[in-house]
Amino acid sequence: METSFTPIQALFGGSLIGIAAVALMALHGRVAGMTGILTGVILPKGDWGWRIAFLLGAVAAPVVILLLKGQSLPLQAEIPTSAIIMGGLLVGFGVTFGGGCTSGHGVCGIARLSPRSIAATLTFMVTTFVTVFAVRHVMGEF
Amino acid sequence: MLRVVSAAAIGLVFGLGIVISGMANPAKVLNFFDVFGTWDPSLMLVMASALVVTFVGYRFVLRRSAPAFDRTFHLPTKRDLDVPLIAGSALFGIGWGIAGFCPGGAIPALGSGEPSPFIFVAAMIGGILGANALRAAFARRRVLA
Repeated sequence: METSFTPIQALFGGSLIGIAAVALMALHGRVAGMTGILTGVILPKGDWGWRIAFLLGAVAAPVVILLLKGQSLPLQAEIPTSAIIMGGLLVGFGVTFGGGCTSGHGVCGIARLSPRSIAATLTFMVTTFVTVFAVRHVMGEF
Repeated sequence: MLRVVSAAAIGLVFGLGIVISGMANPAKVLNFFDVFGTWDPSLMLVMASALVVTFVGYRFVLRRSAPAFDRTFHLPTKRDLDVPLIAGSALFGIGWGIAGFCPGGAIPALGSGEPSPFIFVAAMIGGILGANALRAAFARRRVLA
């Protein structure tokens, strides 16, 4: 499915992600990595409150946009349920061993010039690219 | 109380950024990687702007001795590259390429009420629990051996 290039929304949204990452570090001293925050909620080691609050705030975002704009932003995906489940399992397994995802490694880690985060981000960007190519152009699927 | 309220507000700003930028929309995410098909370069600008803001902001924040609501900054200390880091990140990318959701995209997408992010997040939590159980089993074997 085609989507149009949306540079203004991309720059505005990306800046908000950055502002949230800086604020979480300035106030809470924490990396804004969704993997770490979520894992700390489902396998709590204490210090649960700020994590669940962050997650609830994030989940509320589409609701706030719906209230402000009168319409929700599109969630387009014609992906079969079996593929969503397989993708979810791989993502959960991978981010646990990899110690982070796009937000933790790709934004916060690279911003600290962490060699691990730079290596992790390069790795997952390449495997995502190869996977999308394989699914769409080799297998001819979604 | 202030800690929890501020964390919720920061989570909301993060989620708004994700949703407005298109990171919560699998079609847009997958098109970013589909350079030879229906390419949509938007996410390059998302990553770039998030990174620039965070890079500059961290320079100021991390110069301070402590964050406002805690005694220390909780920063990862590991610096060496190892097999779990690379193999795990490779698997994450394969999953991201199949489903179009990453963790930071899927959690805010839950608020859309659509079924697909719920299915994805349930499976992802299964993967996180499975990987933690496996890691604990490896650690036990290492202690016994």
